[in-house]
Amino acid sequence: MELWTSTHGGALLPAAVLAPFVGMLLGLALGGRQVQRVAFVLMPLALVLALGLAVAWQREGQTLVYLLGGWAPPLGIALRADGPAVAMLLAVAGVVCGIGLFARADFGTPVGAPESRAAFSYWLLLMAVWGALNLVFVSGDLFTLYVALELLTFAGVPLVCLAGSGETLRAALRYMLFALCGSVLYLLGAVLLYGGYGTLDMPLLAGMVRPGPVAWTALALMTVGLLAKTALFPLHLWLPPAHGGAPAAASAVLSALVIKGSWFLLLRLWFDVMPGVATLGAAQLLAGLGAAAIVVGSIVALRQKRLKLLVAYSTMAQIGYLFLMFPLAFEAGVLVHGAALSAGLLQAISHATAKAGMFMAAGLVYAALGHDRIADLAGVARAMPLAVMAFAVSGLALMGVVPSGAYLAKKLLLDAAEGSGQWWWTLVLQGGAVFTAGYVVLVLVNMLRRPAAPLQGVTPVSILSQWAALGLALCSLLLAFAAIGPVSTELIKNPLDARDLGTTLLVILGGALLALALSRRSLFAAAGAPHRDGAVRRVTMVLGMALEQFDAWVRRWTSAGLLMLLLAGLFVGLLRVGQAA
Amino acid sequence: MSVETLFALAACALVGIGLYGLIVQPHPLRKLVAFNVMGSGVFVLFGALAMRGAEAGMAADPVPQALLITAIVVAFAATSVTVALLLRLIESTDNASLADEPSAGD
Repeated sequence: MELWTSTHGGALLPAAVLAPFVGMLLGLALGGRQVQRVAFVLMPLALVLALGLAVAWQREGQTLVYLLGGWAPPLGIALRADGPAVAMLLAVAGVVCGIGLFARADFGTPVGAPESRAAFSYWLLLMAVWGALNLVFVSGDLFTLYVALELLTFAGVPLVCLAGSGETLRAALRYMLFALCGSVLYLLGAVLLYGGYGTLDMPLLAGMVRPGPVAWTALALMTVGLLAKTALFPLHLWLPPAHGGAPAAASAVLSALVIKGSWFLLLRLWFDVMPGVATLGAAQLLAGLGAAAIVVGSIVALRQKRLKLLVAYSTMAQIGYLFLMFPLAFEAGVLVHGAALSAGLLQAISHATAKAGMFMAAGLVYAALGHDRIADLAGVARAMPLAVMAFAVSGLALMGVVPSGAYLAKKLLLDAAEGSGQWWWTLVLQGGAVFTAGYVVLVLVNMLRRPAAPLQGVTPVSILSQWAALGLALCSLLLAFAAIGPVSTELIKNPLDARDLGTTLLVILGGALLALALSRRSLFAAAGAPHRDGAVRRVTMVLGMALEQFDAWVRRWTSAGLLMLLLAGLFVGLLRVGQAA
Repeated sequence: MSVETLFALAACALVGIGLYGLIVQPHPLRKLVAFNVMGSGVFVLFGALAMRGAEAGMAADPVPQALLITAIVVAFAATSVTVALLLRLIESTDNASLADEPSAGD
């Protein structure tokens, strides 16, 4: 396999990266209402480019390579697309198109309507996020990845404060500063690697890097920096206000796509650059943080008053899932590309589609009612069945019901956990779905409740937006079928099979119990009526409140900063100890 | 002590000061300055490494210099975006605090 010469079809790589940026610049130059038109011309075009790339990759049967200007690394820069990159490129193209259709209602500029700054910025930023993500997926060296990651942050941060209110500006500023801290740590790691090995090209580096102080420090610093950008617990201080406060179409981009950029870079680093340096102990810490994210994120989600914040905390919990595959991908002490990595990618794609759908559904409810207080959602199911359906379907997809992508990912990871004898991850994988079910059930119960008085003054919302939300949610629910080729057909079962149906019901039942115990208001309490809690619920309420306080403490700057340093130290220690053993 | 070691120690000090400022200073502008100090530390380190890693007969390895100038541009862009955000925040709220609610004391 040749990684240092351009391959046939390699020219598609710069095209896939440049297309969104050309669209963005064109939109900026043409201005006003043309921006949206440019975006809508670009979307199918870039989708076709991504498909073309996938076809070329399939035909070549190897990694696609393009050398910029014909200069080979280590002096030149190579763009490369392997299996994971192609999968992510395709998924992002699909999700961006779905979000674009949804956003037409919110950020479209119909003939006769005045142009608005928010709409103008939104389409530009959407294209910028897309281009930056494509660059993250195909970059072949650690410095280009740094630039791509910064582009992604610069495009993502303004999406948070499109509304321009003080609260969202503050959320954006927090996000920006914390992300900058993460990126300096990443750059420091990259600089150390250059100092140690004289190149930043990933395959070249992979061939040279040896466990030692330079590699340990670099990997630890870069990992922690990227965790801060991905918002893995306990470095999530910026995520809830940023994702919860942005307009729905922007939240969908941020939650579904932007965080996947830094996560993907972390994959590259661990699996492709330093598979021999990474140790099982360090991977256990990474997955342990993921497990903590699932528990804390899900329970704090249950205690939210507002739907969009609940969905934002759900994102924090779901980020945890993306890290569970790290300890399961070890074979004979070395990280390998295998079933666990496929499962992780599948999980990321599945979350991207489902979470975009969920944020859209929450945004539609907000637009229709003028509020998103969870306690006052009664009657919404009758008023806007499509949006509620979208929420329910994306919730089921996140829980990992057959045949969703998350189900297949869970199945692969469970097999890996059994194969490697790490039974504790089996527990986390099975229990995680219950936590997800908790907040989905809580929201659905409130949405399906009969209102005390018929809902008045529901603003009609765009049908197209509702279908876009439902479409993305369905994509996630049916994702396992798309993965049949590379994986195996045997893994997908009939969803109505007695065993699977039983598991699904058990998960939902467990979720209902969690919601009963930990929600802010009792599920049985009718709106406005006084309600007395039982003894058990009083205890669980105290637990929930304590966890909420803990989350608030972790999200303070000083605690988050110190935890960041602590984690960096722990990673260095675990990398070192693991090598000695 | 060689020049490279001196530069490396200076880089350590700058990164340390920057990290301290980023974590401890509550005002966003101070955090931003701290980010720039920390970034400068990384740049100094990169420059020192370029000096050490040079081929025989060359004053310095040119690749880090090309990367450095890009990194400086990126850091400049980051600083200007952050300042723009901060100005908008002060304009709309008369308050540059990063705290979520007034009660959270950070």
